[in-house]
Amino acid sequence: MSELTAKTIAELRDGYRSGEFSAREVAEAYNGAVAAARALNAYTVETPEDALAAADAADSARRSGQPGSLAGIPLGIKDLFATRGVDSTAGSRILKGFKPPYESTVTANLRKAGAGMLGKLNMDEFAMGSSNETSAYGPVLSPWRRKGSNVGLTPGGSSGGSSASVAANIAAGATGTDTGGSIRQPAAFTGICGIKPTYGRCSRWGVVAFASSLDQAGPMAKTVRDCAILLEAMAGFDPKDSTSLDLPVPQWEANLSSDLRGKRVGIPREYRIDGVPGDINALWDRGIEWLKDAGATPVEISLPHTKYALPTYYIIAPAEASSNLARYDGVRYGLRETPDGGNLDAMYSATRADGFGAEVKRRIMIGTYVLSAGFYDAYFTKAQKVRALIKDDFRKAFEQCDVILTPTAPSAAFGIGETTDPLAMYLNDVFAVPASLAGLPAMSVPGGLDQQGLPLGLHLIGNEFDEQTVLNAGLAIEERAGFAAKPDKWW
Amino acid sequence: MADANAPFIIKGETGEWEVVIGLEVHAQVVSNAKLFSGAATAFGAEPNSQVSLVDAAMPGMLPVPNQECIRQAVRTGMALDAKINRWSRFDRKNYFYADLPQGYQISQLYHPLVGEGEVEILLDEKDEASTKRIGIERIHVEQDAGKLMHDQHPTMSYVDLNRCGVALMEIVSRPDMRSPAEAGAYLRKLRAILRYVGSCDGNMEEGSMRADVNVSVRKPGEEFGTRTETKNVNSVRFVMAVVEHEAKRQVELIEEGGKVAQETRLFDPDKGVTRPLRSKEDAHDYRYFPDPDLLPLELDDAFLEACRASLPELPDAKRKRYEALGITPYNASVLTAEVEIARWFDGLLNAGAEPKQGANWVVAELFGALNRRGESITDTPISPEEAAELLKLVADGTISGTIAKQVFEIMLETGETPSRIVEQRGLKQTSDTGAIDAEIDKILTANADKVAEYKSGKQQLFGFFVGQTMKAMAGKANPQVVNERLRAKLG
Repeated sequence: MSELTAKTIAELRDGYRSGEFSAREVAEAYNGAVAAARALNAYTVETPEDALAAADAADSARRSGQPGSLAGIPLGIKDLFATRGVDSTAGSRILKGFKPPYESTVTANLRKAGAGMLGKLNMDEFAMGSSNETSAYGPVLSPWRRKGSNVGLTPGGSSGGSSASVAANIAAGATGTDTGGSIRQPAAFTGICGIKPTYGRCSRWGVVAFASSLDQAGPMAKTVRDCAILLEAMAGFDPKDSTSLDLPVPQWEANLSSDLRGKRVGIPREYRIDGVPGDINALWDRGIEWLKDAGATPVEISLPHTKYALPTYYIIAPAEASSNLARYDGVRYGLRETPDGGNLDAMYSATRADGFGAEVKRRIMIGTYVLSAGFYDAYFTKAQKVRALIKDDFRKAFEQCDVILTPTAPSAAFGIGETTDPLAMYLNDVFAVPASLAGLPAMSVPGGLDQQGLPLGLHLIGNEFDEQTVLNAGLAIEERAGFAAKPDKWW
Repeated sequence: MADANAPFIIKGETGEWEVVIGLEVHAQVVSNAKLFSGAATAFGAEPNSQVSLVDAAMPGMLPVPNQECIRQAVRTGMALDAKINRWSRFDRKNYFYADLPQGYQISQLYHPLVGEGEVEILLDEKDEASTKRIGIERIHVEQDAGKLMHDQHPTMSYVDLNRCGVALMEIVSRPDMRSPAEAGAYLRKLRAILRYVGSCDGNMEEGSMRADVNVSVRKPGEEFGTRTETKNVNSVRFVMAVVEHEAKRQVELIEEGGKVAQETRLFDPDKGVTRPLRSKEDAHDYRYFPDPDLLPLELDDAFLEACRASLPELPDAKRKRYEALGITPYNASVLTAEVEIARWFDGLLNAGAEPKQGANWVVAELFGALNRRGESITDTPISPEEAAELLKLVADGTISGTIAKQVFEIMLETGETPSRIVEQRGLKQTSDTGAIDAEIDKILTANADKVAEYKSGKQQLFGFFVGQTMKAMAGKANPQVVNERLRAKLG
């Protein structure tokens, strides 16, 4: 049944609808593949019964003629999403064993469309990380390896379980979340597609918060079309999220077109930075050629405040996180440590010291610092101002172009344990973060392999609400890049 | 009672001191649901029976503003003649406590919903010139916290989250008050206005209204001194006691060479003293920042107009209207002090009672009866319509004032209508000169000696004959007719 797991979501949907195979066959194939791939450490919880139940419902829906858009499609769900009755821990020890009595809006939307859940996907703790190494469950291993090497590589982060599972064919598609690149960088590292829609497209209700003004859910899948299919099901106005966009969900899949005639592609000069490998800049140039071939006109643009994006992000995101994570206090759910003879403060200290990992603690401390009396204006207020300037950069840029093309990440996947300096790790998101600060839709599409045989991604940033142009440009690249490489199965 | 109008001066060793008072009043908003969740708000429910996932700060939960709470706060602002800010924003106030599940309180520090306004207080109900305007600095909307219960377990505290997330208005006055009497009058007036508007039930015993009392002292004409803030004072009497105590304590402290510490204090109602709540070392850094889960609150014209149109006649306007109807300033003031009394009295006027007579009757007769019976206006079994009927029976001469008192007592006891009582018990006043003459003749015959005395000049005996006649007529004789007939017969 391995051929079933190699199929795209669009292919699975068509095959199931035509009766070529049943949803149950698909679910069984995936359940088997998931169980056989535990070496990747991609799943924190496996829920084969859930996938089968959804498949059986899909098969009977097909007989009655009312299958949902994702009927018969088994998905992996990032552990950041609350799933009713199933461990939802955000990759953290502090939420160990937490089974919410509620379902996030995004996963509820996917279930309503008929999708099944294969399990919960490993991730960096509270989505803080770029390599999956901060997870309380240990790192996910990428299915990819360097040519002739057995070194375990990172699948990227924070949605590392999501990227690895799609790349390894142990999920037809996966949910990711992106605060500062957490969908796009792992997609690039593992040769798959991932899109972060406009901030507010997907409800944040039931998604464990990292940085509320930046967090946005999105799909990760093998193809651009699969991303469009998934995003249509995930997105939608949600009155339970005040920041949710009250707009109809466009028909992204039906409007997919790689004909880019009349479109202008912005190439930001500030994204040519030192220390980026030649392979990546070369791929960027090929990307420009591909889009020209699709009919688009490249234009050089300037995003002058780009260099301030990363420091701005690392003030705002930790500030919000320091407050968002205050609720993990041992009082109502999750881990509780009560030292003998200790009072309430002792319980807080012990619970949080034991429950949070080093990276989460680092960001709580940074966030607490930048919000504290005497530093607030110098850091937080200043960062908010710079964020407004960055947004304005994009606003001006989109007067000159329709979509922006850049590399997704400044490197290919690196080895587990190779990057130990937090600041070096933060640099992974240098190309991804500006679009996050501006709340813009952005996508990574695989463009080719580097000299070591590792996937590289191209990054498309669109104007707000214009996921369609991003997807269309992604499709044009996908068609021309002809990226068909798959990792050799070693697990 | 001391003259409320007299300046409040503390005579210290070094001269005279003036007290400066500002109040921060926390008023629980009347609404069925909490500020950011759909949970109910009724007082006295089973612990933790009115708690939503949002109130318990479960992972991934988001606040959604309850428009009714905003509407109530805007109406309150309008009633206090305050500036309504069309653009306001919620901020997070971060601190850890077991009654605060989110680890932060959602409040408004930087951009409150309501700006400057004022309240006019009347220091002496009998002296219309004794008014003073107390400035309102701002009103903001915020979440209440839960409640800890320390008496349920030998070593642990329990948490009740029913109150957690309930909407509060914090009404901040200017430091415009100069005596305990002014502070008391301000709080009473504010409470009356909130109850007229219906935005807060003003129930201080249940904690739905409580005050933080800011007190400092200074030599008249000098700069403000350092203030202390006594938290959560829950009655008018206690607020006045706090001012009295703090003012004396601070004067003594300063005169002994000490310095007033800017600190938070608690009031001990049993001992009538305040004491420090926490030391400076534990002072919180609340790390306020805009809540990224919420969009700024923007109010449009239609919403503001609807708020304004829904405001009832307020106490000052009502008092002036009553005075214009010929009601004495004292009665007008008493009748408008409490919204239930004013409503009852308006009912009486609507039922056709003559204003002046009605006001006198309510203040003297009705209040007297309620006092005796330990009842409030809302408990009285007598409707304004029945009372108007009773007053009409007196006004048109059907019964005498004396009989009216009897009828009123019977009404209170039996709940019967006045006409029925008068009818059934034959209490109608008679002007039948035949019957009256017959009784007068009997009395004059039986008291021939007194008649002789009267005729020889002892005019004051006239009252004796009136009394005897009325007694013989069981109070039902028309006193005017009795007077006329007696004068005629006595010559």
